[in-house]
Amino acid sequence: MNPVFLYTLTGLGLFTLGLYALIIQSHLLRKILAINVMGSGVFLVLVALADRAQSALYQVGPDPIPHAMVITGIVVAVSASALGLSLMLRVQAETGQTAFADEPVEKPSKTL
Amino acid sequence: MDTLNLFKWIFDLSLVIGLLWLAWQALLGSQVDKEVNEETSEELFRAIVLFIAFGLLMSLVWVRLGAPDVALAEASIGAGLTGALLLSALARLKGRGKNQTDMNNESDHEFKRHQ
Amino acid sequence: MNLNVINKSPKYNHHQSPLKFLLIIILSVMISGLSYAVLILPSQAPGLSVLAVDNIDKSGVSNPVTAVLLNYRGYDTLLEMCVLLLALVGVWSLGDVPERRHSLLGVVRFWPQSNKPERRHSLPGPVLDIFARLLVPLLILVSGYLLWIGAHAPGGAFQAGSVLGAAGVLLLLSDWHFDHHFSGLSLRITLIAGLGMFLTVGLLLLLEGRQLLEYPPPLAGVLILIIEAAATLSIGFTLASLFLGGRPMTQGTTQAMTQATSQATSQAAIVRPITKDQQ
Repeated sequence: MNPVFLYTLTGLGLFTLGLYALIIQSHLLRKILAINVMGSGVFLVLVALADRAQSALYQVGPDPIPHAMVITGIVVAVSASALGLSLMLRVQAETGQTAFADEPVEKPSKTL
Repeated sequence: MDTLNLFKWIFDLSLVIGLLWLAWQALLGSQVDKEVNEETSEELFRAIVLFIAFGLLMSLVWVRLGAPDVALAEASIGAGLTGALLLSALARLKGRGKNQTDMNNESDHEFKRHQ
Repeated sequence: MNLNVINKSPKYNHHQSPLKFLLIIILSVMISGLSYAVLILPSQAPGLSVLAVDNIDKSGVSNPVTAVLLNYRGYDTLLEMCVLLLALVGVWSLGDVPERRHSLLGVVRFWPQSNKPERRHSLPGPVLDIFARLLVPLLILVSGYLLWIGAHAPGGAFQAGSVLGAAGVLLLLSDWHFDHHFSGLSLRITLIAGLGMFLTVGLLLLLEGRQLLEYPPPLAGVLILIIEAAATLSIGFTLASLFLGGRPMTQGTTQAMTQATSQATSQAAIVRPITKDQQ
């Protein structure tokens, strides 16, 4: 298997792992971590597919446009994470909980 | 398969396995009993630190895929700044949780930990 | 509450385990579909790389990624600056600079004038202090280097801006805060400098009869450098302000802050009985 496709499948695996954790975990901080991992998975797929352009046939190096998109995506992910963390802190300040109100839990979550 | 190709494959496989294992540990590797559904600050701290390590390993993967600009951006923004933001938010969560539930033993525990 | 609960045996929550199983099945179907979609792609595909590299002489820089970011897709980078500003506006609208009673590196004191007894004051330890003093000038230097080298080697505005943001984070962690004089208009001007420079250059080019952000090839390198410099400053200050986590104090809000603190402590007293009633 071409190493490019190994990385592409890894990116898909990271995306799925992040999606699973986003759905399963109830703490908001863990949800933000899961969203970041999903984003990293998508970036990995993009850059791995961009690496296909680098070969003896073309001699130009990897495709730079997905690289630019991924750099933009990393900055967007960090600003979304910052906003999400502020919202989480605000939710905790207002309600005292760090999980959504309709999570199916046995006991209500503690304040941390 | 010549040795250079073999080394490349070993390198790629170890990066991939490391990435997937770190992500799994950071997101789903909580060692707390899930029924009780208590999140301790140590567990969240561990998750954040593993996420920072994941980001740094991701930076290596970008270099391997021939994207040094993305590697620079990921190392500083993805691993460094996101890690700092997460740790800062965790510290504030702990601070406000302490205000609201007024647990003195936790403050002693934290005081000893910071020494 | 026992803080060190470590349970080695996994127990299943009976209310959730059939749903979890269904979720795993759905995600497996999804990942197999995506893997199929990815694996049938050709293993050699130039994409737009040939086009990007062929026109690199007219773009003003020789690093293809910088050319894409600042020239071919310059409009995306303009909107990127908007995204950063929007996130900052969102964070600022959610509250002022929070009281930092505890941080993971020591107690950080944000309001040196207040002397409330429950707030523990301590300066950062010597390691953090010396580390910050040594590193921050180096980080500024590295940021300038990355900005300049971005034209023909890996680097560029985002990387330089993030290093500057890291310098800002280090300063904030070692108990440094914005002086009141600078945290009002000067900070806001620095924050919008990147977007402002983009729009200025774009509008000037529009007035000259070209498209938005269509640089004339002899001037492209200079224009890109100017835009990148303003963007670096903007990105650095935006990232550091995102780390700060709230609207910084200006001279006008100091009194409002002390009022807000007293309100917050009284609100904390109100919140506690409510959570007890809910449980």
